[in-house]
Amino acid sequence: MSEALSQVPERETVEPSQQPPAKPLRAAADTILYVDGVSVSFDGFKALNNLSLYVVSGELRAIIGPNGAGKTTMMDVITGKTRPDSGEVFFNGSIDLTKLDEAAIANLGIGRKFQKPTVFESQSVFDNLELALKGDRGVFAGLFARPNKAQLERIEAVLERIVLKDFRDALAGNLSHGQKQWLEIGMLLMQDPELLLVDEPAAGMTDAETEKTAVMLQEIAQSHSVVVVEHDMEFIRALDCHVTVLHEGSVLAEGSLDSLQSNRDVIEVYLGR
Amino acid sequence: MPALSKLFRLRAFAVLIVLLIPSAASAELAQDLQALTEKSNATKVAAVESLAAGGHERAVPILQAFLAGRLFQVKEDDRMVVAEDSAGGYRIFDAMTGEALGEVGKRKLRKVRINNRLRQAVKAALGALTLGSSDPAARIQAADAVFRSAQSDMLGPLEAALARESDLKVASRLARALAATELATSDDKATRLAAIEALAAFVDQEVRAIVSGLLIIDGEGRPAEPDSDLRAAAAETLKTIESKLAFNGFIENIFQGISLGSVLLLAAIGLAITFGVMGVINMAHGEMVMIGAYTTFVVQEVFRASFPGAFDYSLLVAIPAAFLVTGLVGIGIERGVIRFLYGRPLETLLATWGLSLILQQVVRSIFGPTNREVGNPAWMSGAWEVAGGLTLTYNRLWIILFALLVFALLMALIRFSGYGLQMRAVTQNRPMASSMGIRTGWVDAMTFGLGSGIAGMAGVALSQIDNVSPNLGQGYIIDSFMVVVFGGVGNLWGTLVGAFSLGLVNKFLEPYAGAVLGKILVLVVIILFIQKRPRGLFALRGRAVEN
Amino acid sequence: MLLSNDHGRLLSPLGSKITLGLLLSIAVLVPLLNLAVPPGSVFHVPTYLVSLLGKYLCFALLALSVDLIWGYCGILSLGHGAFFALGGYAMGMHLMRQIGDRGVYGNPDLPDFMVFLNWKELPWYWYGFESFPFALLMVILVPGLLALVFGWLAFRSRVTGVYLSIITQAMTFALLLAFFRNDMGFGGNNGLTDFKELLGFNLQADGTRAGLFAASAVMLALAYLLCRWIVCSKVGRVLVAIRDAESRVRFLGYRVEFYKLFVFVLSAMLAGLAGALYVPQVGIINPSEFSPANSIEIVIWVAVGGRGYLHGAILGALLVNYAKTYLTGAAPEIWLFFLGGLFVAVTVFLPKGIIGSLPGLQGRLQSVLLRFGLPGRTAG
Repeated sequence: MSEALSQVPERETVEPSQQPPAKPLRAAADTILYVDGVSVSFDGFKALNNLSLYVVSGELRAIIGPNGAGKTTMMDVITGKTRPDSGEVFFNGSIDLTKLDEAAIANLGIGRKFQKPTVFESQSVFDNLELALKGDRGVFAGLFARPNKAQLERIEAVLERIVLKDFRDALAGNLSHGQKQWLEIGMLLMQDPELLLVDEPAAGMTDAETEKTAVMLQEIAQSHSVVVVEHDMEFIRALDCHVTVLHEGSVLAEGSLDSLQSNRDVIEVYLGR
Repeated sequence: MPALSKLFRLRAFAVLIVLLIPSAASAELAQDLQALTEKSNATKVAAVESLAAGGHERAVPILQAFLAGRLFQVKEDDRMVVAEDSAGGYRIFDAMTGEALGEVGKRKLRKVRINNRLRQAVKAALGALTLGSSDPAARIQAADAVFRSAQSDMLGPLEAALARESDLKVASRLARALAATELATSDDKATRLAAIEALAAFVDQEVRAIVSGLLIIDGEGRPAEPDSDLRAAAAETLKTIESKLAFNGFIENIFQGISLGSVLLLAAIGLAITFGVMGVINMAHGEMVMIGAYTTFVVQEVFRASFPGAFDYSLLVAIPAAFLVTGLVGIGIERGVIRFLYGRPLETLLATWGLSLILQQVVRSIFGPTNREVGNPAWMSGAWEVAGGLTLTYNRLWIILFALLVFALLMALIRFSGYGLQMRAVTQNRPMASSMGIRTGWVDAMTFGLGSGIAGMAGVALSQIDNVSPNLGQGYIIDSFMVVVFGGVGNLWGTLVGAFSLGLVNKFLEPYAGAVLGKILVLVVIILFIQKRPRGLFALRGRAVEN
Repeated sequence: MLLSNDHGRLLSPLGSKITLGLLLSIAVLVPLLNLAVPPGSVFHVPTYLVSLLGKYLCFALLALSVDLIWGYCGILSLGHGAFFALGGYAMGMHLMRQIGDRGVYGNPDLPDFMVFLNWKELPWYWYGFESFPFALLMVILVPGLLALVFGWLAFRSRVTGVYLSIITQAMTFALLLAFFRNDMGFGGNNGLTDFKELLGFNLQADGTRAGLFAASAVMLALAYLLCRWIVCSKVGRVLVAIRDAESRVRFLGYRVEFYKLFVFVLSAMLAGLAGALYVPQVGIINPSEFSPANSIEIVIWVAVGGRGYLHGAILGALLVNYAKTYLTGAAPEIWLFFLGGLFVAVTVFLPKGIIGSLPGLQGRLQSVLLRFGLPGRTAG
């Protein structure tokens, strides 16, 4: 990274604390996710550079940014896949996520959908959902686990919601790309997390599928906090929510999509190069 | 006795000068020769000494023949002859002139008998005679013989030889022999003290044994050396020698470790690049090493049959030949099997294991299951005597140099060539490289060929220090895997560091734990090591590596 | 696809019924034909064949244990022979203690090789092995414990794929070197042999051989049931999920390392049991059982039969070992070519193994039958 480029965001970054919805007090009752001053570097390359971000409980937040802005690395840090070199990540005010591993974080109630749809291809749609079903994750519990009536009903309800009811017994590997994305969102729903991190849900989808997905996420956001990472501006517009722009590992700007589209820094980052 | 020895010393001193003017004492030679057949041991010993002192050019061959039991007397005419075995009996030569006298039956000859006392005398005499040899190697041998026998008679010749000697190496050996002889035979305390101090300069096990011999205390509490000053000096010298020996041992350990590391480097580096680029572990890699060694064998056979004079250059041909042969086998394996298993690294591992079984059996069928003899060229045999008793063998030195050279060439190839650029691109991001128009299939085949070719060259190197058998590769393959696991993938420096660390640790553990236990410890340590560094010492980090 | 989409059933009920039926019937039939039918009869099964078949069944159990971790969880262990050998050594130690003073040196306290090495007393780790229940416990515990420690280290630090395969190979190689040493106290190069009896039964007797065969068959059937129960439970589905997308499983909140550890330890215990049944039937256990080549050979049995199918592993072990017996007898130099070729051919041409390729064949057969207007059975 050249010096000159990395100067750009620092010069005119809008301080996150000046933005209306973000509250830098991690103890604040309604801050579900608190990311402060997080840096991660790979062999000298700064993937995240003093990133700070706050998500309020029940919020639907979109995160955009050009390639290499650090969106996926940010998800990795929150879900415990990557340890930050410095900085703090707190969940629900007091739980330090940097000390926990993926499984522990998932069990705390943070669900994640990958950029590339990742489902268990050699198992049926139903099995995929059953595996994601909230419950005891222990080995010995697993030996005797059978879904009860309420749980079966939940699975059927989610199948309905992700429009895969007719594919209940199909192998997940045989689904179309878009259906796999939905299945993965369905698996998130089965987990019933407090916070959902969704990485590029509309990638590779047809327009109709994209629209359906946006509706799906809005529905989900009514009962969960959701962070969506996306490239597709149409999709972001359809979500109609607060947007954070990442650039070179830190927050460049925050606000509504309309306000951002007139922001000179954002224009520079997206069009200036 | 002292008078006699003094006389002898003078005469022996004369020998060295007289040696230059041969034939002066032909008559005396004949007389001494006849005296060897006398019954009395004393006469015979005197004759041997006289022969040596006479300095005739035939003295050395006669004494050597005597020592070897090849000196005979013809029954008919009492003529003294040297005999060699032949089909019909003996081929005989006149002892006086060396002139061939044809063949005779065994019954026509009478052997000149020799016993142990005489043998001692002959050896000492020969030692004195060869001290004047024109060949430095012979002089060193003579000096060492004198060192071992430590006879007072040799003091004079030694001093004389030392005074004349211009070759530093020989002079040092003469001085060593002189000090040892003085220590063993002198009555003068000052001389012996000086000798003990002089011995401190010679660092080897033999000197150490002599000096420590002085300090032995027998069962009744009496020391071998009664004089306490001498004992103190000996203890001092022993300390010096032992610390130098320990230092040499340390250096030799490092050398051995580095040389083992070089072999591991050669064997592992091909493995590391195929693993790095293709994510594939080639279980048949050890067999590439083995095929390289057999290629060396075949090349040497051709040289032996067709150009025996150029045998020393056979390795220079074997290296590229092995590279080509194993490289082609490697490309064949990649195109024939591995490319169908792309993205299934575990299956690739199994398939290449199958190939390794087949290759072993093929070689076993062609060359037989037993070891094959691969020769060392002259420039690889022997050892380099660095200083103070420290010797490093040439074959291992060459292997270290060769390994480093191959490593440097490979680094250059990867860094500067177009192929290297494509290879790095495929290593870091295969789909991206492919979409940019790099023929990943071609890169895979070339990489596999290159990796196998380097393994073949490792085989050439191994053929110089290990037995060449169909199982050759199996002995190194697990260690090579460990180098790759330890060093990490995607960075050849990791392989270099991994190979040398493993080589050194193995060699340093050996004296304490034994070879086998040392090896077990190394394996356990590596299994523990990957706890801390699951992807090795020099692992790549970042998103590209994750999947 | 590898698995049927009949959710919750990773194995067809028919396949497992056939497998169980076959196993239990040979458990009864073979000893019967050996003991009750006179040697002259065409139906008589000679004792050497009983032992040979018993050996195959032990290998089948070993293959089953490898299939459990490789076929279902994607862990390719190239060191499973080590667990087999450890179980075998534990049983061998018990059998050595049963010799008592009937050894060559007639020492009632020490096995022959210890007398030969001039040892004065029994090493502490030989204590207790005179008791059969204790030995049986060790047969399971020792491999299990090694798997627990090794697996905990490996899975916790997320060593996967070829890395894991290579270090399992290093593990068995280290054990091979260790057991070759005389001062380890396990008989060094020669291992443990010259066994006399087990639980008071003469090991050379036909009845004992038949009994051991039946025990192997029953054990295999029980292990099959256990594995089937596991892979059909939710744990089985988690294991398959780990095989297909490990990190996804983690993000669902499952502790992947515990699941792997569970199945790895269980598999090592089954391998140990196989070794313990094997040793009294072949009469010897020596360090060569630890050789890395042996462990890789187990994997090819599973691959031939069909990984991810429990009955596939059993079938593969039986087929490949029959071929080995036949070829090493008929044309020894061919065997390595055959085995090597098998590795290549199965991975390239038959990645699903025999059982895995059957549905395709069945489908083809069905279409042929339909063309002739005959009803075909639906694939399940």
